[in-house]
Amino acid sequence: MTADTGADARNGTNTGTNTGIGTNTSTSIGTGPRPTPAPPALIPALTARAKAAAHAHPHPHGPTALPPCTCVGATLADRQDATVVRHAGTVAKAHAPDTDPAALTLRVATAARLPDVLLPPLGPTPATLHDRPVTLWPYGLPVDPDDPDAAPWEAAATLLARLHRTPVPAGLPPMRGPAKAARALGRLQAALRSTPHAAPRAAALPVLGAWATLPAWARAEAPMPGPWALCHGDLHLGQLVRHPAPDGPWKLIDVDDLGAGVPAWDLARPAAWYACGLLPPDEWTRFLTAYRRAGGPAVPADGDPWPALDVPARALTVQTAALAVTKALAADRPLDEVEQAVVDACARMPSVPAQASRPPRPAPGFPG
Amino acid sequence: MQCPKCHAPMHTYNRNGVQIEQCSGCRGIFLDYGELEALTRLEAQWSQPAPPPPPAAPQAYPAAPPAPAWGAPQPGHGGHGGHGHYGHHRHKSFGHMLFSS
Repeated sequence: MTADTGADARNGTNTGTNTGIGTNTSTSIGTGPRPTPAPPALIPALTARAKAAAHAHPHPHGPTALPPCTCVGATLADRQDATVVRHAGTVAKAHAPDTDPAALTLRVATAARLPDVLLPPLGPTPATLHDRPVTLWPYGLPVDPDDPDAAPWEAAATLLARLHRTPVPAGLPPMRGPAKAARALGRLQAALRSTPHAAPRAAALPVLGAWATLPAWARAEAPMPGPWALCHGDLHLGQLVRHPAPDGPWKLIDVDDLGAGVPAWDLARPAAWYACGLLPPDEWTRFLTAYRRAGGPAVPADGDPWPALDVPARALTVQTAALAVTKALAADRPLDEVEQAVVDACARMPSVPAQASRPPRPAPGFPG
Repeated sequence: MQCPKCHAPMHTYNRNGVQIEQCSGCRGIFLDYGELEALTRLEAQWSQPAPPPPPAAPQAYPAAPPAPAWGAPQPGHGGHGGHGHYGHHRHKSFGHMLFSS
């Protein structure tokens, strides 16, 4: 007999008053390959593009002498793989240099067709600026990184469920989640090759070991198993904005990894955070419950979701650990407590067989 | 032993002198023959002068949602003393992680 009992769970929830979140305000468009820094002229050119777009609508009758502009402007992100600037209500994004322009066009078109789920672009086709594809978007208000209690878990889950229920547009390339995980491992391996010290190498071993136990599809070495759904591919709290700012409905942003694939991948970051003991159970429950209420197909409507989540959550845990160890190697510092928790989870993975993608139903009165 | 429900490993711990197996994955609990009665007896002794019976609708499932066996030990389960890393304050490094690819 298996008795589910709440006896031990009564002291099992730990609802912290979450404060002190970091100050990273990036719009976070992925972690790109290191070698190509953005050309210095890119940001001014991108800003000019955003400014022109921002002022296009009030002056629809062609070029006129504009008064000096006093609009709010800022560089929202400047990374190897994405540079994002804002001018008033317009945001211009220069995508990674290795972006496939045809695939990006399809992804942007998908956002244009799903304005209730994805922030719609200001134009249908990416432009080119300094050899980088550039897209224009309306400004949306991001989640406040200093107020984690305001994290819109229900909205995130509901948007994902709606995205996953949308038929996959014809010709859309695969979701890039596994490719991003593989790239993170590639960066770790490159960092290890240039590190003579033994200690960081030791921290990397559990990460490499866990990666080796993942199925080929989760390492981007084989096609993802079906049934495929329309997936975001890189969900985290930086991928949500309110539009119109400041109190419009939440929308998903960043279509660079959007595509057809295993929808559980989009749930796997919160799942991994919860599994690693970082995300409190109540926040994970809010996210998962809202996803199920909205009819999301990635997990069964009730029962244990982990048979569906297990492989993607392992992959995201390994990806997160790989990036953390890579960063620690570059800074020549030890892992912090949170990073260590993620590496520790990697270390436990090889001893626990991956769960089947079909949920095993408990047989009534199993043979003893 | 393996959990008959989710096949994760089960860990033995002692509760009021009764050996209990709890699944590290779904948190289900396995009781040997007579152990439920032993626990009930112990509980009755403990709460002898207790006034009314506990409220109906007992927790049908542990309050902590299921987690994979490779995850961190969850609070209040299995007697491993794990407590996760979310305490009274969210760790700054996790705050950064929430917003990073």
